[in-house]
Order: sequence, then C-alpha cells, then structure tokens
Amino acid sequence: MPVASDPRGLPIWRRRTTRQEWALWLGWLALVALFAVCWRLMTENTIWAFVFDAPRQALDIGSRMLPPRWSYVDQLWRPLWDTLNIATLGTLLAVLLAVPVAFLAANNTTPSRRLVRPVALLVIVASRSINSLIWALLLVAVLGPGIAAGILAIALRSVGFIGKLLYEAIEEIDGAQVEAITATGASPAQIIDYGIAPQIMPAFAGITVFRWDINIRESTVLGLVGAGGIGLQLESSLNTLAWPQVTVILLIILATVIVSEWVSARVRAAIT
Amino acid sequence: MLRLEHLAKRYPTGDLALDGVSLTIDAGQVVALIGPSGAGKSSLIRCVNRLIEPTAGRVFLHGVEITGLGRRRLRRVRRRIGMIFQEFALVERLTVMENVLSGRLGYVPFWRSLLRRFPPADVEAAFGLLERVGLAEFVDKRADALSGGQRQRVGIARALAQNPQLLLVDEPTASLDPKTARQIMRLICEICAERRLPAIINSHDVRLAAMFVHRIVGLRAGQVVFDGPASALNDDVLTRIYGAEDWGTPGLDTPEEEEEEEDEGADGGDAALRPDLDRQRLAGLAG
Repeated sequence: MPVASDPRGLPIWRRRTTRQEWALWLGWLALVALFAVCWRLMTENTIWAFVFDAPRQALDIGSRMLPPRWSYVDQLWRPLWDTLNIATLGTLLAVLLAVPVAFLAANNTTPSRRLVRPVALLVIVASRSINSLIWALLLVAVLGPGIAAGILAIALRSVGFIGKLLYEAIEEIDGAQVEAITATGASPAQIIDYGIAPQIMPAFAGITVFRWDINIRESTVLGLVGAGGIGLQLESSLNTLAWPQVTVILLIILATVIVSEWVSARVRAAIT
Repeated sequence: MLRLEHLAKRYPTGDLALDGVSLTIDAGQVVALIGPSGAGKSSLIRCVNRLIEPTAGRVFLHGVEITGLGRRRLRRVRRRIGMIFQEFALVERLTVMENVLSGRLGYVPFWRSLLRRFPPADVEAAFGLLERVGLAEFVDKRADALSGGQRQRVGIARALAQNPQLLLVDEPTASLDPKTARQIMRLICEICAERRLPAIINSHDVRLAAMFVHRIVGLRAGQVVFDGPASALNDDVLTRIYGAEDWGTPGLDTPEEEEEEEDEGADGGDAALRPDLDRQRLAGLAG
C-alpha cells in the first residue's frame, strides 16, 4: 500500500510502495551492469590502430571526393528517372495489394477473426520483416537484374508497411458512423464506401505519400544488388574508386530526397 | 403495427439488457422510452432493426417478422426504418447532401452510390427535406462544419430520406443545449405527426419527453415497469422507474401547461419552465 501513516496517524501518500521502489532500483542496476558487459564484449575485438587512424582515412577519402565531377550528371538523369519510377510504381502496386489486406486484417472489418485475420496479419509481418534490399536480392535471382525486380521489391516491402498502418487506422474509426450507415439498409460494399472510406481517407493518403517518400530513399540503393536505378552507378563508381563521381551521385540523391519530403509534407498538410 | 414479443438480450459479458419486453405501437403513435442509464433503452431500439441481435423474442413490423429474416431481406426492412442518434452519427467528412442521400443507400445499386449518381427524384426529395429541417443553405457544407443542432437536423433529414415506416430515435437531445433540445424534439414530433409516422424516442430528459410525447414507457433493468400517458407520471412512477429519490416536483407538467408550451415558441417554453426550476433549486439549497 502506497499510503502509510506518520506517527500522528495522518496518512502519507507515496507514488510507489517500498517493494516497487526496490524493484525499480534493481532494474536500473541490472541495466547499467548489462551496459558494462556489452561495452567489454564490443571493445574486445576492436583493432584500436584502425580506430585511431579513422580521422586521417576519412580526411583522405574526403579530399579525393572533392571537387565533384559535375560533368558526370549527364549520365545520371536516366538512372534517376528509373529510380523515381521504381519508387512510384512500387508504391502504387503496394497500395493495390495492401488495401484489401488491411480490410481483412482489421478487427472490425475482417470477415473472420479466427481464419482470415491471422493470414492477413502473417502477410503483413512477412512483408515487413524482410528489407527491400533483401527482397531485391531474391527477386534479381528470380527475375534477373532490372527495373522489374526493383519495382516488385519495393512493392513487397511496402505492402506490410501500408497494410499495418492502414488496418490500425481502420480499427480506430468511429463505429457510430458505420452503425448509422448500416441502419439505412446499405449493403456491405456501401457501408465501406460511406461509413468507413471517408473516415480513413486522410490516414490513407498520409500513409501512402509517406511510404512513397521512404521508397524513393530505398530505391536509390536497390541498384547495388542489380535491381535498377541510380544505385547501379553508385556501385560502379565505388568499385572503380571514382570518388568525385560518388560525390555527385550522393548530392543528387540528397536533392531528390529533399524534393520528395517537401512533396509529401505538402500533400499531408493538404488533406484533413 | 410494431410489435415486440418477449424480447430479451443477454450480452456475451453476461449482462441481461432486456428481460422479456413486450410492447405494441400503433400506426402514427409516438412513444417515449425512459429509464435509468443501463436500463436497456438503446439495446431495445437496436434490437428492432437488429443492429443488435436479440437473444430471444420476436419483432414484427407490419406483420413481417424482422427477427429471423435473412441478410438481404433484413436490409430491405432496415431501409424502411429511420434511425436518429445521440451523437448524430453523421459521416463527418462527407457533405450535408451526401449524408442525406446516404439515407437512400438501401434503395440504389452500389455503382450509383459509389459515383454519387443518385436518381434525380432522390436528390429532389433530399433538397425538400433539407428545406423542411431548415438547412437549405447548408447543402454543400461538410458535416463537421455544422453545430450540434444543425447536425441533428441533418440526421433527421437522413432518416426521413429513407421514406421510413418507423423512426427509432436514440437520445436525440442528450448532446444539445436545452433550447436546441426543445427545437429538435419539437421538430421530430411535428414530423411524426405530419407523416403519421410511429416512433420510439429514447430519452433521459423525462420533462422534455413528457412535454412532447403522450405515451411514456418506463424501462428498468430490462423490464417495462410503466406504460401510460405522460399525465400519469408522478413521484411514485418515477421512483418505480428510477429508484427512490426526492423528485420534489408535483407531477412534472400538468396537461394544460403542456398544451400551452407546445403552442409557444422555444423561448416561451424555456421561460415558462424556468421559475419552476429555480424554485426547485432554492428548495434544494434551503434543505
């Protein structure tokens, strides 16, 4: 009991009982001990000569990266366009797959909580647990290198992301509006159209644009494993130690990401 | 025309919301359902159109047994039962017109409702209804831009768009200020009279219910404990419905007063009631 009494018999209120105080203190002690152990394990295998050398190495690479080789930009427009297409088409494909999955997964719209919902949740978890880059590795092996593998990799990763956030949005809708539409004698499709869709529309638009924004960043590295886009140029420049070209590529990726973030912020602000 | 026979509802949690309710409502009759929170008022009206499945008992509307209908036929019955809600339950992000037209969903095919291409007659009727509830200029406003009273008017128009044979009204005024509450209650009762539309109106506000509705049904713990005219409401009856309390008021409003107030405007009604309320409050303070 947090409420004890002082000598005069008046109650004293404390936030926690003595037992809770001790448990909390021991918890913190364990955490600090764990940190100490981890630090020891981590530093055991470190070659300190390399660590102390790191600033010099970084400066060396930095000096070789400058000045950027601006003329290389001409060769980048095409791969950049591919990258944007991979991100956009991948997101669209993901939306088409994720919307039905989300409705099957949401507690209040799933046709069966016992059978269908677990399957839909499994699809979402499976998609989310594998990174785009790994999806791309697998798909390049299956489909061969190229943009198609990139688009599919982005789509397969995004299905889980969009599906999860969307089904959470569906579960949070106001049931009274759905009840009111049901009471008019509407069919199930009409209930989705009038009772549910208007309520999740802002979330849906926000999630989609947010994922598109993430996908632009992710699609810039897909080329590293041969799935098309600007990553291909990055890889070949890195392999040939063409550091001034790497700088140009990084700058152009930075510019693209800034633009995509601006667009997604604008879209999200516009939808209320 | 609406007949409930031994209606019972037990929720999965074990709570018995309705315990053998039998009730008959004749054509054009408006009934106010009063009772303490948790007495089963909401469960009762939701069992009529089976938004909640009753555990036992039967519901008949115009001789058709609603309980036991298949899904498709249930939808056909539901479209003739208008419903009005406490929190209005409008689709917030749709316009007033879309909300009113959603009352037609049971009548139009999916593609028409998806593309918002409702039959011209429906749209014309919707304009007429908005005119009737006094919202003609708000057609294109979004529902979330309206005030409480305006929203409830949209809710009424939506229910009427269904061309209903029965109105189920769940606490229509509980989210409204006293003046708006009277206006909305008056509007609902006027419309029921115009169309000879039977209705069940749930209400917490006994005074308001007694003012506008002639037949009162009292529900307590899922059972009907009173069924009679508003004029028969007295301390004994209120105690039977709500439990012991110092009601401190002689028989709410006598029938003569009621007539008087119904004829006056909303402000007049308010003013007529206020001295009475003040007297109660003073009595409470003194005691």
